[in-house]
Amino acid sequence: MTATSPTSVLSGYRVIELASERCALAGKLMADMGAEVIVVEPPEGCKTRSWEPFADDVADLENSLHWWHYNTSKKSVALDLETDSGARQFRSLIMTADVVIEAEPLGRLEALALGWEQFGELNSQLIWTSITHHGRDGSDPPATDLTLLAEGGPAWSCGYDDHEIPPVRGGGNQAFHTACHYAVPSILAALMWREDSGKGQLIDVSLLNSSNATTEFATLWWLNGERQVERQTGRHALPTMTEWTQIQCADGRWFNTGVPPRNKREFQALRSWIEELDLTDECSAYEILKLGDQFERIGLLELDEDPLAGEVFQAGRDAIEFLGQHLKAYDLFVGLQQRGMACGIVYSPDEMIVDPHFVERGFPEEVFYESRNATHIHPGAPYRFSKTPWSTIRAPRLGEHQALLEDLA
Amino acid sequence: MTDQTSQALNKIRICDFTGQLAGAGATKILAAFGAEVIRVEDPVQRGKWDILRGVPPWVGDARGLEAGGAFNNHNAGKLGVTLNLRDARAKELLRELVAVSDAVTENFAAGVMDRLGFGYEDLRQIREDIVYVSNNGFGATGPYTAFKSWGPIAQAVSGLTYTSGLPDLPPAGWGYSFMDHTGGYYMATAVLMALLHRRRTGEGQWVDLACIEAAGTLNGVATLEATVNQRPMRRQGMPNSNRSQSPRMAPHGIWPTKGHDNWIAIAVRDDQEWKVLSEIIGETWSGEDRWAHLETRLDDEDELEDLLRTWTVNQNRQELAQELVDAGVPAAPVLKPQERIESDPRTSELWVTVDHTEVGQSKVEGLPVRMSETPWSVTRGAACLGEHNQYVFGELLGLGNAEIETLTEEGVI
Repeated sequence: MTATSPTSVLSGYRVIELASERCALAGKLMADMGAEVIVVEPPEGCKTRSWEPFADDVADLENSLHWWHYNTSKKSVALDLETDSGARQFRSLIMTADVVIEAEPLGRLEALALGWEQFGELNSQLIWTSITHHGRDGSDPPATDLTLLAEGGPAWSCGYDDHEIPPVRGGGNQAFHTACHYAVPSILAALMWREDSGKGQLIDVSLLNSSNATTEFATLWWLNGERQVERQTGRHALPTMTEWTQIQCADGRWFNTGVPPRNKREFQALRSWIEELDLTDECSAYEILKLGDQFERIGLLELDEDPLAGEVFQAGRDAIEFLGQHLKAYDLFVGLQQRGMACGIVYSPDEMIVDPHFVERGFPEEVFYESRNATHIHPGAPYRFSKTPWSTIRAPRLGEHQALLEDLA
Repeated sequence: MTDQTSQALNKIRICDFTGQLAGAGATKILAAFGAEVIRVEDPVQRGKWDILRGVPPWVGDARGLEAGGAFNNHNAGKLGVTLNLRDARAKELLRELVAVSDAVTENFAAGVMDRLGFGYEDLRQIREDIVYVSNNGFGATGPYTAFKSWGPIAQAVSGLTYTSGLPDLPPAGWGYSFMDHTGGYYMATAVLMALLHRRRTGEGQWVDLACIEAAGTLNGVATLEATVNQRPMRRQGMPNSNRSQSPRMAPHGIWPTKGHDNWIAIAVRDDQEWKVLSEIIGETWSGEDRWAHLETRLDDEDELEDLLRTWTVNQNRQELAQELVDAGVPAAPVLKPQERIESDPRTSELWVTVDHTEVGQSKVEGLPVRMSETPWSVTRGAACLGEHNQYVFGELLGLGNAEIETLTEEGVI
């Protein structure tokens, strides 16, 4: 360990990551917060280096955007663990490590005498993190993000009102992400404990259970009442079908109407906005909205007992749909939010990153690529620390930090 | 007064204002790791700022303020106190609580803590090295700071909703608040990072977590496609999140099988796996040369998917998934809640039984992690409103019984 720098949360910690799409995010989250994360690749490079898309569509080990995204701020060494010299160098490296993160096929490292069983006793401070399908003592079925989200629960809840359409996998490799989202706090808790005890430990993260622990009401309705949720277009899967919350605006973009207007202030705000737009004659809900003045708040009780409450409530939803037919999604989003109503434009990820709010907050992260003499925008920090900010440098070239191994020898 | 000693965070105390899932989910993890999490609720609103308190799904036959199943799940293992912060005496008690806490956590709308007089600068006056983590949709700075958010809105604005869907259909989105779960994971991570930094340097800090930014990091490859290759995601045929663009695989998707709303997910990673699948299908079309190579499977992916569908629809999803997995091809049935919770032995250690003071025993989610030296522990259900006032204000802060009684009668706690 090197001396602790006050400007970076994890500086001084050395993390060895065995390159894999399953654990890459865990390493990135630690590297961008200052840990020295050394990703160990096979001599031919991590297989994700050959995954599309490539920068400028040029297939090359150094061009995969998957590699670029998941391996920022890391160092790379190339090692063939199947050879004596590679295994020896790997052992030396692990002896200097605080944390290991791996998602290797079960039994592979043990067969090479390079697993936790070998190192746990030699380096008693080591925190060894395995991300496995469903535990180190389980089996290791062939699996991808898709199959994990299918058997882990999320896919059951995602899709459309029409159940002839298949359930949908949420995009972005979230099954792997979720396991990493459990791995990192577990590692941090283990580091906290090690500060006092001086001891490392073994952390075993289940991909399958990570998804199982991340389904919200699908699990909660089963554990509490044995009711099965049903998937619904663009909104929560629930035991009963609910009203739409997603509309298409005048510019064709989709929009999440969020929490429907429920009180006098909101009904008044909708009315005056329709007046400002000079659309009162065209809006059939406008007259009913006036009756909203009678309601401080329309709750479930009022909806149950007062037919007028139901009409006004529906008029609020209709008014938002009407406004969507006349406005661009962005204008509806900002206009409703400025009037105190929670809602959201459905951005694509690349549209979100150029939205003025997130730009002003500094979310887009400029990363310099010297070989291209260019700066590219990456998604930035998921959180901003006042004293120890996130910082990102480009992902390493294959074996770029091979000299590290010579230092060990 | 933690669930168990000898855990990773057993010296840590959190003064916790979080609620819902995005905040409460974070401090549940910290409590499971052994931190003493003291959840502060408003006695006037009877804790109903947290919209999950006292709403269905209910725990067993119980009903009412303490019987919300989601609330019980997200707050398992924590302590609960009440403080009416409209009263100066309650504010003084909160100052005393902060002084003996390591971290303050909250997921109010931006600015609420400042208005209460407990923003970061105020907290620092009480305890110089305090860790303060705030979590809301749009964050504490920027033009949308006052905008409101919850899970589905965070998902919409961040791109998560857009990237979950099929071509020529509206976004399917996530059928639940994925980003409340995940915002909670980032919040737990932020608290632990800041505590670790303090442990090593003595320095506290404020973490401003905007849930939508955390969500905006979760589609990084699609974002780089636009920023590096100027290829926006909003284009013909996209999104199609049941297919795989990175890496390219085909077939890759979810297909109908025998029975009502029964589906199987299959991912063919390479030509060898296609050969295995094509032999299991065993039909004339599946053996055709044109499907033998990834490039041609991708060229006519729609046709291939139609052909596959006509075959899967007569299969049993469990049996087919097992056959494919045994042959080395990634496949899995789309499991329904009952199947994965009650019938999948691989998940059994995730569901744990907790004891709730008022509503008795119930099952909640544990953590999908094993730690060899400091295992997590979740044994106690959510705290009843003000359940631990006596312990916190009496034992911890030193108030006498008479004083606690008076404060209770006068609605301060």
